[in-house]
Amino acid sequence: MTKVEEPGPSGEIDPDLAAEAAAETEVTDVPELEVQTLRDYAGVVWLRIRSGESGVLPVVGGLLVISALFQSLNSNFLSAGNLVNLLIQGAVYMLLAMGEVFALLLGEIDLSIGFVSGIGGIITAELIKQQYGWPWWAAIIVALVVCGAIGVLQGTIITRLGLPSFIVTLAGLLAWQGVMLLILGAGGSLPINDKVVNNIVGGNLTPAASWAVMIVIVAAVGAQIWLHESRRRSQGLVAPPAGVSALKIAGVAAAGVALVMVCNTNRGRLIPIRGMPWVVLVVIAVLGAWTFLLGRTKFGRYVYAIGGNAEAARRAGIKLARIRTLAFMLTSFTAGIAGIVYASRLQSVSTALDGGTLVLYAVAAAVIGGTSLFGGRGKAVHGVLGGLVIAAIDNGMSLQGYSAAAKYVVTALVLLAAVTIDSVVRRNSSV
Amino acid sequence: MTPTDGEPLLQLRGVSKSFGAVHALQDVSLDIDAGQVTALAGDNGAGKSVLIKCIAGIHTPDTGEILWKGGRVHIRTPRDAAALGIETVHQDLALCDNLDIVQNMFLGRERLRWEFTLDEEAMEKSAAKTLHSLAVTTVRSVRQPVKSLSGGQRQSVAIAKAVLWNSELVIMDEPTAALGVAQTAMVLSLVRTLADRGLAVLLVSHNMNDVFQVADRIAVLRLGRLVDLRPTRESDPQIVVDLMTTGTSTRTPQPAAPEATA
Repeated sequence: MTKVEEPGPSGEIDPDLAAEAAAETEVTDVPELEVQTLRDYAGVVWLRIRSGESGVLPVVGGLLVISALFQSLNSNFLSAGNLVNLLIQGAVYMLLAMGEVFALLLGEIDLSIGFVSGIGGIITAELIKQQYGWPWWAAIIVALVVCGAIGVLQGTIITRLGLPSFIVTLAGLLAWQGVMLLILGAGGSLPINDKVVNNIVGGNLTPAASWAVMIVIVAAVGAQIWLHESRRRSQGLVAPPAGVSALKIAGVAAAGVALVMVCNTNRGRLIPIRGMPWVVLVVIAVLGAWTFLLGRTKFGRYVYAIGGNAEAARRAGIKLARIRTLAFMLTSFTAGIAGIVYASRLQSVSTALDGGTLVLYAVAAAVIGGTSLFGGRGKAVHGVLGGLVIAAIDNGMSLQGYSAAAKYVVTALVLLAAVTIDSVVRRNSSV
Repeated sequence: MTPTDGEPLLQLRGVSKSFGAVHALQDVSLDIDAGQVTALAGDNGAGKSVLIKCIAGIHTPDTGEILWKGGRVHIRTPRDAAALGIETVHQDLALCDNLDIVQNMFLGRERLRWEFTLDEEAMEKSAAKTLHSLAVTTVRSVRQPVKSLSGGQRQSVAIAKAVLWNSELVIMDEPTAALGVAQTAMVLSLVRTLADRGLAVLLVSHNMNDVFQVADRIAVLRLGRLVDLRPTRESDPQIVVDLMTTGTSTRTPQPAAPEATA
């Protein structure tokens, strides 16, 4: 949980809030704005919140409430062991949801990613089988390339033939499930014996390495924030005062430290288990990459533009089909990563993989995190936060001994609440 | 009025365009000068939209030629038009609500740092400067999402977006449709500002008040033909309505429109 609060600000505030904060340029002559007051900055932030850009505040608040609730019911909920467990359980949802964000940003949906992730897992498992004996990295690369190609295929059908993504990816859901059954055989399963692949979820960094990695990440994120905001300050654009920048960086560092401390606490029963699971790094890496892609590149800007107003984007000379297809490719690609993580967690791939439920959880996670179903609003971090919420509900209710039935109902209620917030925000903001 | 010497910025010569059996434009010849607001009036279906789309590169004329600064050009795509310096401000659908003002103004033409990442600071400064130069002062922040703007502000942003690209001809399609009185005044003054800065403006409007307030010349289309082109001061709203509906007018202009000084 701690982990999430960290990439949140890093990925989020940096390209966004600061840029948004840029705001008040009003009509004052630019270079004269040497002195930035905290009030200017706060005013701009408030303007954003009021116009419906509350960002991740609701979901972070929800996460805190859920945590407090479960902790009061069962003091084990916030124990180090359970928190790490929760991160591991949530990783697949987070990754799938981060993929789904691309489709949702376009105002589309990708229903196939559950089984596409299964395909990713199967290809990896097949290629590293004794009889083929591929090295783990080659198997993973091929699996991800195939998943990306599936996205290109579906995206091409959607964009070039102009078919609704709902239908095309629903067909994908069925088709890739069929392909899975075909490869595995009815009720079949494919064990994974490769140590590296299994260690993605099962293995941990050493405590010292966990610290080292976290220091590097915090330093990189902090440098980004600082460079970005000080550049704005030096150019006379509205930016937070240096103190606020420092505070943000301190927040990122605190979140990083908390995460490492949780992960480095011994959580083993018989033998000590310490250190950050590799999968946490995978999630952070995907989060960082997609946040950069969406926030800092033309491609990302165009994805938002298409989701906001496809016609305007077309008139601006944006090649809609290409951007859309690329987005679907990234959705499937990310699903492939999720599938490999899932396979690693189970140390096998089997026909028990329920791609239908997975994709619905992924969509739910993205929306709970704050991504709009109507397109144009969303971030990679929403997938992570929403995935955490879903994992927390699942985990917390399991601790209380609730049945699967109850978990589904509660998850549904949280999803409904999130969609309600989304549509209310939408209504209020479209002044 | 600032009539320019020398050749017109844009010349249409005998432009025709048909869609199947429909002759949307027939032999239209029209000169558009820099520093002037040329209004394009006409009833629904008169061919106004087709004409501006031919200039903006959305349609290609069947026959006839287009001259830009005296040289013949082929405008096949909106990109071609933009490359020449022709920008169109559409009546609607031109901005992305979820993006902020800077993002909208640079959409499709983002500035990059190291050829890779978006150069937000440079874009923000340019956007602010352009808005400032056009005296668009009611916008609180250039980082405000467009959805939080009023109709007039949105139109102003759309116009500023066109100006940002050093365009020389700005085509505006019903820029004041759906705007309130104050907002309309704001947009019209912006239109005038553009012309006074030496840009050519082609204004499509149904609204006679708007036309007579800002236009230097009024061209009237009827059933795909250009039936009249005269300076605003030699016209009045009634004459234009006559021309739009019947193609001729025998009236003499009433100097009843004091706003027409422009």
